[in-house]
Amino acid sequence: MIALIDYGAGNLTSVRKGFAAVGGELYTPATPRDLEKSRGIVVPGVGNFAATSALEGSWTDAIRSAVARGVPLFGICLGLQWLFEGSDEAADVAGLGAIAGKCWRIPQKDGLKVPHVGWNSLHVPRVSRLLGGVAENAQVYFTHSYAAPVTAETAATCEHGAMFAAAIESGNIFGVQFHPEKSSEPGLQILRNFVRLTRG
Amino acid sequence: MLSKRLIACLDVRNGCVVKGVNFEALRNAGDPAALARRYNQEGIDEVVVLDVTATLEGRRAFEATIHAVSTELFIPLTVGGGIRTEADAAAAIDAGADKVGVNSAALADPTLLTRLSARYGSQAIVVAIDAKRVDGRFQVFSRSGSTPTPRDAVEWAMEAEARGAGEVLLTSIDRDGTRAGFDCELTAAVSTAVSIPVIASGGAGTFDHFTEVFKLGRADAALAASVFHYSEHAVAELKQHLREGGIPVRC
Repeated sequence: MIALIDYGAGNLTSVRKGFAAVGGELYTPATPRDLEKSRGIVVPGVGNFAATSALEGSWTDAIRSAVARGVPLFGICLGLQWLFEGSDEAADVAGLGAIAGKCWRIPQKDGLKVPHVGWNSLHVPRVSRLLGGVAENAQVYFTHSYAAPVTAETAATCEHGAMFAAAIESGNIFGVQFHPEKSSEPGLQILRNFVRLTRG
Repeated sequence: MLSKRLIACLDVRNGCVVKGVNFEALRNAGDPAALARRYNQEGIDEVVVLDVTATLEGRRAFEATIHAVSTELFIPLTVGGGIRTEADAAAAIDAGADKVGVNSAALADPTLLTRLSARYGSQAIVVAIDAKRVDGRFQVFSRSGSTPTPRDAVEWAMEAEARGAGEVLLTSIDRDGTRAGFDCELTAAVSTAVSIPVIASGGAGTFDHFTEVFKLGRADAALAASVFHYSEHAVAELKQHLREGGIPVRC
């Protein structure tokens, strides 16, 4: 069973539907202790980085120890940003810090709009388990104003005003900035890949 | 590069898709879930379901319809019509909507946009603006285009953005259902005034109308109903046409 963390940052209906479509069984842990039985953890989320402050403390500790046990962790959208040390959007809120760096606001230039909303193409520079079967230039659905820096853990990049990390993979830590549950077939493929990873 | 989006609109009344001409003379065009499924297969980028009579008749968008439409749809779904309160928005979102469109209720109480975006994030809040050319300006109308307001469409879009709306769904009442082309002037006026995406609506008739609204109207997305309803090849052919015109679209 995969734990879907509901910390009040937006709607989880679509995420649930997406996982259901690829055979993933989710549960919503009521307390951090409920993570002990998880085979995978999904941290979703939309909106302001400040919302992740609900994870500070016992949730973060429980997620960290699950990751240390080898449980795959998957951050989606705000959940990806939370994997980093923090974000300029809420400077006093700490992220998980599993990946070095801070998220920043997408620069508004060349008439490009921020938030970055819509279908944009992925550049997939290396082989990754999360993005297996997802083609170079595959289009996925984004909606965000802040973005994560490109680091050694970046599995796919995207460009809108600046190059940012569209997907990350580092050991058993995974994340996507876009919404796989709203990204048609490439998105479902990514969910399918994560479900497979939770089954070892 | 960010693609321009094509959005199919399902105007729903009593669980059936209808299409209005200038918001009147509604006629039946099919089952919403079946149409949504077809659009998804054809490659539409997004779907909007509007309960066109909800505000007038005091009804919420039918949750069953939303649920049916969203069940097999792995692309963004916006629901509008009769969203007056946070509870209405919650009901639509719980039923499967990714975004809610707010129109008359936001005009009556603009703080609704702030409250909804605080709860769901601005990416989930679409301000729907129905505008009509009156005395050389773009006047905003409420209640499905039936009631004039003192507001100007450009100013209202800017205020809505400041209050937390994440997108603007901009409908030209003059063009709606006429198939005479989008109001590119209205669209460009709003699109250049705000930094959030603007979805142009009202008047789609030919493929060139879409090219125009993306180029001249500076639209980020274009919404249509009948153009997509009556041909199963429309989405693919329209995308090919746009690509040939140098407009980035999703494959």
